[in-house]
Amino acid sequence: MNSGRIPSQDLSPEGGSGLYAKRRRIQIKDVKGHYQRLRDTSVRLVVALYLVLPWLTWNGRQAILFDLPDRRFHIFGITFWPQDFFFLAWALIIAALGLFFITVFAGRVYCGYVCPQTAWTRLFMAIEQRCEGDRHQRLKWDRAPWGWEKILRRSLKHGLWLLVALATGITFVGYFTPVRELLASLAGGEIAGWTMFWTGFFTVATYGNAGFMREQVCLYMCPYARFQSVMFDRDTLVVSYHDARGEPRRRGARKKEAGQHAGDCVDCGLCVQVCPTGIDIRDGLQYECITCAACVDACDQVMDRIGRPRGLIDYTTENALNGRRSRVLRPRLIGYGLVMTLLIGWFAMGLVSRVPLQVDVLRDRNQLYRLTAEGRIENSYRVEILNKDQQPHHYQLSLEGPDGLSLVQGSPAFSLDGGEHRSLPVTISGAPYTADVRSATVRFRVRATASDTMEKAHEARFIAP
Amino acid sequence: MSDFWSVYIIAIVVLNLVGCAALLFANLRMTAEESRSETTGHSFDGIQERNQPLPRWWLYLFVLTLLFSAVYLVLYPGLGRFGGLLNWSSVSQWQEEVTLVEKRTAPLFDEFAKVPVEELHAYPETRDVGGRLFANNCALCHGSDARGAKGYPNLTDDDWLYGGSADAILTSIRNGRRGQMPPMAAAVGGTDAAVREMALYVQSLSRPSMTADPEVAAAVDRAKPRFAMCAACHGQDARGNQALGAPNLTDGIWLHGARLEDIETTIREGRISHMPAHASALSEERIHVLAAYVYGLSR
Repeated sequence: MNSGRIPSQDLSPEGGSGLYAKRRRIQIKDVKGHYQRLRDTSVRLVVALYLVLPWLTWNGRQAILFDLPDRRFHIFGITFWPQDFFFLAWALIIAALGLFFITVFAGRVYCGYVCPQTAWTRLFMAIEQRCEGDRHQRLKWDRAPWGWEKILRRSLKHGLWLLVALATGITFVGYFTPVRELLASLAGGEIAGWTMFWTGFFTVATYGNAGFMREQVCLYMCPYARFQSVMFDRDTLVVSYHDARGEPRRRGARKKEAGQHAGDCVDCGLCVQVCPTGIDIRDGLQYECITCAACVDACDQVMDRIGRPRGLIDYTTENALNGRRSRVLRPRLIGYGLVMTLLIGWFAMGLVSRVPLQVDVLRDRNQLYRLTAEGRIENSYRVEILNKDQQPHHYQLSLEGPDGLSLVQGSPAFSLDGGEHRSLPVTISGAPYTADVRSATVRFRVRATASDTMEKAHEARFIAP
Repeated sequence: MSDFWSVYIIAIVVLNLVGCAALLFANLRMTAEESRSETTGHSFDGIQERNQPLPRWWLYLFVLTLLFSAVYLVLYPGLGRFGGLLNWSSVSQWQEEVTLVEKRTAPLFDEFAKVPVEELHAYPETRDVGGRLFANNCALCHGSDARGAKGYPNLTDDDWLYGGSADAILTSIRNGRRGQMPPMAAAVGGTDAAVREMALYVQSLSRPSMTADPEVAAAVDRAKPRFAMCAACHGQDARGNQALGAPNLTDGIWLHGARLEDIETTIREGRISHMPAHASALSEERIHVLAAYVYGLSR
């Protein structure tokens, strides 16, 4: 009904329609306002956190380091091993529930405020703005023939983009290989191999994603963007245009003079110009909307200027929009919140009670049992002990089982450095033909001698004829 | 891979690639009628699928993957028997990594090789390095605790079939050993009773208390003169001969079982033991460390 009045997007390529459309480049107008200040704060936080984290040290080691070749994942005082993979699974499940929770409550705020794609795109747009000016100036530069000033401004923009991208790429690799050494080798020109490849890869990826792909990632690649809408209900906060208040739109004051009824929307088109995904919010809820609320800020300014109340475009719920009562606290939200809290508690408890020690027992495979010259029965095992802690510990191995069984090697004691692994061959010996040792269940217990809680046991079987 | 299968696979791969490309480009545009109605022409139960065009760069990505596969197939194996211009194979990559590890560990093993086995066994590194070598190469038969199994000698008891000196151990690992005891039933008398008597005699060598039983004592007395047949290898005093690998029969250590039945079987049927040679599987430096580890086991 309003296709004639707003700049509609023509998706069909020149010379007939096709199944593929040429991408329409979006140049957004900068807008100041309450929500954009919030976004800037959050973007700065995300970028700063990302850039700073690898530089923290803990006990003389990089605090956060994912050592892939050694398969050790250091996060401050804890070192995770591949055996701790379920912690990652837990963390991801909690993150997923967090996304469900926040999406049911406030829609796609993750997209608009903290998603790295949004953060880096906004950063790159800020640079673009500094180099080439606001929307109308950029559009002018786009049309302008190549001259010295255009070349200068464009190279400045791309140079700065590349610089930010390079910092991002180096930082990313810095999570996986010590960042200080990486920077030193980079400065010395000694970087090579995979390190160089990945640094280059993430530099180019950042440059391309934040400089060129931008909203295309959200529209065509991101799975979250598509499935988050499934979690919406009528009480979810979404950025909406108040149809009833805004329609019919009027341009200027002419229609009012004519005595016609007119809505609050002055059809200035600002909400479209500021939209980073290039949609018209007045068409209603659309999958493209990342709820960045740029249109809210833009429209509020206009409402202030024409002396109408703010909030023609606003964060609101479908129920509120239709004049119905809107409840924030509803079973779905409470349910997600409850499950999430439970899982976080579980996760924290698991983390606190995690024993940084791994004990595995492998029975020898070549024989079930062995008859010794003294007529005793022996079974041999290999006890694998891994000190997953960052500190060295002194351990003692002991055997628990029926009285008749004992370790030929006694109770071996040994020290392991942080991260060291020891494979200990041991032998259990028992008198033959005693009922309670025939195929008995035994437990190998490894205990750190200086700690009450650091111990692990592993079950094994003793087999006798 | 035979010629047929090679051609078959090449044909399938190439046809698939070409087919994908053809399908992609044949469907770039819609018919005039479809584009007028803004639908894709798909209609089911009166529901029409509207055209929501993908961005064009998506198409370029598809073309890029096609180009990638073409380049990949030229460089790497994938087209039947054609191995690719880079000559890459998983075996050659593994070989490269092995060479790399060998190069990195060579200085360590060179250091070990300078120390004689008699001293090296006391080094704490021998326990770690030698222990790992043992676990990978020897534990399958001798057990991870090296205490042996039926037919596979215990290496921790300082009783040696072929000698426990450093040289003897090195030789055993390097060249292997082949122990053979011929069937002796006929030689010791031929009858089941004679075999049993000889078994009792041999068993009593390490358990003199057995002869307290008069029946056993009588059997032992009958068998004793016939032991001359066995003494050829095991010696007159039955203490064995390490040059032949003939075990000591007086020390109560029984490689093939200590029960009377086991000993009878040994006499009747003989025994064949085989320790494989490791010179071709392990480097000389590694055998050196391994020998030191084994040398240290009984000390």
